[in-house]
Amino acid sequence: MSETTPETYNYKVVRQFAIMTVVWGIIGMSVGVLIAAQLVWPALNFDTAWFSFGRLRPLHTNIVIFAFGGCALFSTSYYVVQRTCQVRLFAEPLVKFTFWGWQAVIVLAAITLPMGLTTSKEYAELEWPIDILLGLVWISYAIVFLGTVAKRKTSHIYVGNWFYMAFIITVAILHIVNSAAIPVTLTKSYSAYAGTVDAMVQWWYGHNAVGFFLTAGFLGIMYYFVPKQAERPIFSYRLSVVHFWALIATYMWAGGHHLHYSALPDWTQSVGMVMSLILLAPSWGGMINGMMTLSGAWHKLRTDPILRFLVVSLSFYGMSTFEGPMMAIKTVNALSHNTDWTIGHVHSGALGWVAMISIGAVYHMIPKVFGKSAMYSTKLINTHFWLATVGVVLYIAAMWVNGILQGLMWRAVNQDGTLTYSFVESLEASHFGYVVRVIGGAFFLSGMLVMAYNIWQTVRSEETEPALAPSAV
Amino acid sequence: MTSFWSLWISFITLAVIFGCLILVVRTRRSEVYKETTTETMHHSFDGIEELDNPLPRWWFNMFIITVVFSVVYLFLYPGLGSYKGYLNWTSYNQWEEEMAHAEEHYQPVFAQYSHLAIEDIANNDTARLMGQRMFNNNCAVCHGQGGVGAYGFPNLADNDWLYGGDGATIKATLLYGRKGAMPPWLDILGEDGVRNVTSYVLSLSGQEVNAQAAAQGQTTYQAMCVACHGSEGKGNLTLGAPNLTDNIWLYGGSFEQIAHTIRQGRNGVMPSHGELLSEDKINLISGYVYSLSN
Repeated sequence: MSETTPETYNYKVVRQFAIMTVVWGIIGMSVGVLIAAQLVWPALNFDTAWFSFGRLRPLHTNIVIFAFGGCALFSTSYYVVQRTCQVRLFAEPLVKFTFWGWQAVIVLAAITLPMGLTTSKEYAELEWPIDILLGLVWISYAIVFLGTVAKRKTSHIYVGNWFYMAFIITVAILHIVNSAAIPVTLTKSYSAYAGTVDAMVQWWYGHNAVGFFLTAGFLGIMYYFVPKQAERPIFSYRLSVVHFWALIATYMWAGGHHLHYSALPDWTQSVGMVMSLILLAPSWGGMINGMMTLSGAWHKLRTDPILRFLVVSLSFYGMSTFEGPMMAIKTVNALSHNTDWTIGHVHSGALGWVAMISIGAVYHMIPKVFGKSAMYSTKLINTHFWLATVGVVLYIAAMWVNGILQGLMWRAVNQDGTLTYSFVESLEASHFGYVVRVIGGAFFLSGMLVMAYNIWQTVRSEETEPALAPSAV
Repeated sequence: MTSFWSLWISFITLAVIFGCLILVVRTRRSEVYKETTTETMHHSFDGIEELDNPLPRWWFNMFIITVVFSVVYLFLYPGLGSYKGYLNWTSYNQWEEEMAHAEEHYQPVFAQYSHLAIEDIANNDTARLMGQRMFNNNCAVCHGQGGVGAYGFPNLADNDWLYGGDGATIKATLLYGRKGAMPPWLDILGEDGVRNVTSYVLSLSGQEVNAQAAAQGQTTYQAMCVACHGSEGKGNLTLGAPNLTDNIWLYGGSFEQIAHTIRQGRNGVMPSHGELLSEDKINLISGYVYSLSN
């Protein structure tokens, strides 16, 4: 096997993370469908604390972002960095630690969050002992990845690896700064920051978790798997240079838009807004580079559902990175803030972009790292593609309608200046959208089950192909 | 903000914006090919090559437009440290202006009912409807739509009042709020004492209880509870002490729930709304509340 001889790539860890991507994807999305159903039928909370929406919602976000998305990033980055640098992963023991340590963090999250142990910081809910473990895993990841790039046999560093490096380094900084806390007991701590500063640090973290974890990292995936699957060269090297630097420079500033019309000073809100607007072009640079890479290969979309996953993910990426800057404009935000529009926006990014590009990449990798010639069934990939696409469209359309409906209902006033609708009336009006969301989520989840079956059949098939050794440059 | 921080913020904000501008313009200038090309950069990674295509024109223009917009915005609005912006806009000013505008337009609408007694507002369809809308947005979160109440939050539609249900009292409750304090009795009565009093309290609303326990409870009640709840358990509107004989319970009427109330005490709070809503608005809400049980 490939992991036993030092000359070959370390595919074992890629396989481990790839399989766990699918496992955690199914678990995290199941929790998502469940909590969506709880919003339609509150009886599904069963009057228990640990099974209630408030506890399961952070479980859902943690599992889909850090477990599903995280495993997809680990597996693809380990695969891509080895193949584009033509060397085996650096620091074998640390590689193993990143896998088992990361799984431990996720399991601890899955235990502590339903127990109600939380820092209450969104997307950073884990309490301090788990944060420390997460920090150690992440630093190990940085050592492995940067070490591998450092000993590369190629002269340049491939663009995909720039994005992976930016993602790894920045997430380390974000996590350490935002999680700084004073522990009181093993399961309770208080943030090192207070009041508005705490809110700003939290959303500096929160928005860059989107920017670097869910965007830069996944652009790393895009830059390898799109040209590879399409068998076409990257459209423009210049565009990748410009949009990379502009993206990482401006994302850092955008977090203030989460706190529009709050106690955050006006200047911070303004800066957050303009940087979010400037972010539009750098974000779209990645979409253009991916889409244009397909020129001359568009016909492949007819026969290759993996490529379809990758291309549709880029479309959703383009759409949500247009929507994001628009929502960061104060006057638009005044309507959209606190409505389901935000949730729709997040999911057009999370399901449409992050999940679909991960799924495409995993379909591309699985046969290669398990030594098979192809996936068990292309037809089932196609089935998955349609289930996923219909699911995302239902989900985000329902949330757009609900979000705009809520925003308009909340601000409607009568002739006498009193509010036309009470909150609960806007909730009643949202009911249909919530039902559609459950259906959309169920579509997306069922696609993941089809994927699991397809991968299971691929992995257990008898047919084998020899693992590839790094070739000379 | 000190001038150091102001300068620092301005400097790094502009450095990032102009840095982006310089990056995109310089890349534009250095382009070898002005049109779409098949020429590559001559490096290959795992078989992936990169073309030397120019930046798409529309994308380049879009980038420039967002940068120009941002610079103009930061000139007009606060953003660069302590610079206030050309328009002198602040979110606080905007809020004040909108409040002043609302005050000017809507204050007369509410004021036209200020001469009416609460009881008359309840009988005026337009005024009562206005009160209902404000109730739904300010009060219903605790008292429920239609004022039906919830555990710990009084039902406003049943004509059973803690502090009195005439118009003036309802208005006073809304304006100044109420604090209902039932002290905890466990330390004084002991667990047996608590359970005996519970039996007696239940008997006041005609429920079947252990007669012996209730008799012992009655002795304690007459010594300890009578001051607020009265010798017949009818309560006291001045103190907000509930009537114990009508089988209406704010915190539940089971033996264990009542025992818990006596053992641990209760602290009910109705927040004061005098500073949140104008008196004219409170008149209208009071009228609606009055109408619920009259």
